[in-house]
Formats: sequence, C-alpha cells, structure tokens
Amino acid sequence: MTVGIATAVWGGIVVLFGSGLLGLVYKGFDRKLAAHMQGRIGPPLRQPFYDVTKLMIKENIVPDHAVTWLFNGMPVVSLAAVATILFYLPLGGFAPLFSGYGDLILVLYLLAVPALAMIIGGFAAGSPYATVGAQREMVMLMSYEFPLAITLVSVAWRLATILPGAHTFSLAVIAAHPLWGMVGPLGVIGLVLLLISLLVVTPAELSKIPFDIPEAETEIAGGLLAEYSGRNLAMFYLADAVKMIVMSALVVALFIPYGIAAPLGLAGALGAFIDALFFLVKIFVVIFFTVIVVRVGFARLKVDQVARLFWLPMTAMALLGMIFLALDRIL
Amino acid sequence: MALPRSFKKALWVFHVATGSCNGCDIEIVAALTPRYDTERFGIMLTGTPRHADVLLVTGPVTRPMLSRLKRIYDQTPDPKAVVVVGGCGSTGGVFYESYNVQGPVDEVVPVAVYVPGCPPRPEAIIDGVVKAVAHLEQAGVSK
Ligand code: SF4
Repeated sequence: MTVGIATAVWGGIVVLFGSGLLGLVYKGFDRKLAAHMQGRIGPPLRQPFYDVTKLMIKENIVPDHAVTWLFNGMPVVSLAAVATILFYLPLGGFAPLFSGYGDLILVLYLLAVPALAMIIGGFAAGSPYATVGAQREMVMLMSYEFPLAITLVSVAWRLATILPGAHTFSLAVIAAHPLWGMVGPLGVIGLVLLLISLLVVTPAELSKIPFDIPEAETEIAGGLLAEYSGRNLAMFYLADAVKMIVMSALVVALFIPYGIAAPLGLAGALGAFIDALFFLVKIFVVIFFTVIVVRVGFARLKVDQVARLFWLPMTAMALLGMIFLALDRIL
Repeated sequence: MALPRSFKKALWVFHVATGSCNGCDIEIVAALTPRYDTERFGIMLTGTPRHADVLLVTGPVTRPMLSRLKRIYDQTPDPKAVVVVGGCGSTGGVFYESYNVQGPVDEVVPVAVYVPGCPPRPEAIIDGVVKAVAHLEQAGVSK
C-alpha cells in the first residue's frame, strides 16, 4: 500500500495544522474543566492560543552556559517527532497517512523521541534545575517504557495468532480488527489489564500530574523547561499539546477503534464525517479520564515512587494481561 | 507598537522576594487561590523568570538580594514589567534607612507599577498586574 505524493503532502498539512489546533483546543478544555473541578471559573477555552501567541512574541533567550545549537534544536526535534507519529496513527476512520511505511514498533520508538529531546535540551541548558529535571525525565522514561512495550506487543501478537499472515504490527490492521470480539473471556480479562496499564502510562508519557516530576514547578522551577523562553518554549508547549492527541489516538486505535457510522447505517462522506466527529469524542473521553480527572485528583509522586509504581505493579499487570492473552490462545 | 491582545490575556508572573517580611508574599499567594482565580485572566505563577512577563517584587531589597534582583531582571525575556508589591519595595516602608537596605526597588530596576499597602489586598495586586500591561503599551517597550 503506497500513498501518492500529493495525498501525502496535503494530508500531512491537514494533519499537522489540525492536530496543532486540536491539541490547543483540548488543552483549553483541560484547563477549563480542571478549574471547574476545583471550584474555579477558569481561563477561557482560547487560553492556550493566547499563551502560544504571547510566547512567540517574547524574546528568545539562550543562556550563556548553554550549548546553543542543541538548546535551540531540541524544541524543533520534539515537535517534529510528535507530529511524525500522527502520520502513522489511524485518525477517525481514515487509514494512517504513511501506513505501509511504518508500524507499531516505529510509533513506540517515536514516542520516546520527544522525551529524549527534552532530556538533551535540559542538559544543554546548563542549569542545575534543568539538569535535575532531565535526570528525572530519564528515570521516568526507563520506568514506563516497559509496560508500554508489553501492552503494544501483546495486542499485536494476539492479533497475529488470530489473523495469520496479516501484517498485524500495522496500526491500520489493528484498528480494523478490534480484539474484544475475537477473544474468549480470558482474553477479555487480559485486554482489560493491558488497557488499564496503557491508561496509567498515558499521563506519565505526557508528564502530567501525578507524574510531572521532570517539570515540577514548585520544587525544581519548571525543571527541563527552566531555561527555555519565547519561541522555544512555545514549541515545547505545542509539542505537549499534540502529544496529548497522539497518546489518546494510540489508545483509541489499539482498544476502542469502533466507529458509529456503520452501525447507524451511514455511508460515504456523511459516514466519514460522523466517524471523524465520534473519533474526537473518543479522544476527549480518553484525555478526560487519563489527564484531566487524574491531574485534579492526585498530588505529585516522588521520583522513586514513580519508578517503583511502573517497575512493579504496572509491569506485573501488563505481564499478567499478556499471560491471560496467551492462556486464551492455548485453552 | 501596541501589544497584541493575546499578550494581555496571558500574563505569567514570577515572584521575587527581596527581603520582605513575608506578609506581601502571603497576599500574593492569596491572590492565586481559587477564591480570586487569577487564571480566569490568564495570569499564572511560573517557577522561573525565563517564563515570566511580570516580576512581582516584594521587600525593600536587602544587600544580599541586590545583585540577585538585577540578575533576575536580566534573565526575564522582553517585553517585561516590574510590579512592586507593598510599602517596603515602594519606599522602604518600615525598613526605611535601615543599614542593610539598598532599595527601594526602583533604585535597582525600572518599575512599572507600585502597589501600596502593608500588605496590599489581593485585589490590589491583581489590579497592579493588569495595569502593568497598560504601562508596557504606553512605553512602547514591545518589539
Ligand atoms: S510592605 Fe509590609 S507586609 Fe509587605 S513586606 Fe513590607 S513590611 Fe511586610
């Protein structure tokens, strides 16, 4: 399966701008709803747009101690990496733009790139706060990567046993064949466990409370981002917003790829439109439960607590999910 | 050149305590509580001067804080404004002519707005931050 150059370019532009806008809108919802949960009125929904515009106007300072090219380059790398992931994810009924050129494993690697870019940018800033933040981000990256990998690989493996010969690591194939209906009761238990571990990994991947230890404004002054200002900070801000869309789109593609157009008997352009809207709703639901509610309801964990949480209970849960899926196959 | 609207709607403040008695600082924290909910206006407290648009300076600038205040001012990206919170920073207040005081603040860094009071009410502090934007516009500091 290949895509034409024109489709790739136009689709790419739409996806890039769309996801940027969508990410900022969802960030606005995030802040508004979080404020309501805390008994506040909260900022207007457009607040993230104001923030980004303002940051673009501000002076872009490079500290004296910084390694300039790394310091300036990493925000671009971070934003580019999250945007690239979008090309490999099925978005609301549409197949991934670059399907056939990359699969789940590539997405797994690309997901680590923004975090790595932030780590390198943090070290390049040459500030003690940013260095501490970078070290914490590294610890966190090492902690959540294992349960995340188990989850993705288990789903793809179980699908491979059901559809021998199909390219089951491709996200388009996974999204087209939801596993829930194809496995027995044991498999459903396994899938639920995997879904939970992926949902717990999501806020960590996004560095949101309770896993915002690398940024921790109140203790290490913004950590990784402590030395970033102006345009560079705006790029990290945007990357964060787009990453929120990416992570929830990944959860949706793996576990809830259902559309409502087919059951409703709609087809053609209307069906695609309805499915796209429904996709936005699904993404919102995922963000609501993994980011907004969790952010308001919990306090920040310590770095050792995060490491322990992901290494022991979450890894155990993901492994258990995998074992259940395997048992489902054998029995 | 007038600042675009989004600038006024997204002011991030950084809090610098230059030897205050902590009274003003507590009022600043009070201004950020859900009761006043400054996030409504896009005003947020940041942890680092690099992200800040407005510096809230409290206290009369003691000798050790002199160089730090200058440095924090330099670390803040343009366009920026300084809001002095409390009588100490504005005039020296109860610490006026103390052997250890190098202030008030406007002798060290350019000041946009003075918020008087010992300590000022949270409403006054929020008002001061909002007025800082008007000052920035008049001075045409933006670029
Ligand atoms: S103005 Fe009053 S409350 Fe504020 S720091 Fe000075 S003495 Fe304390």
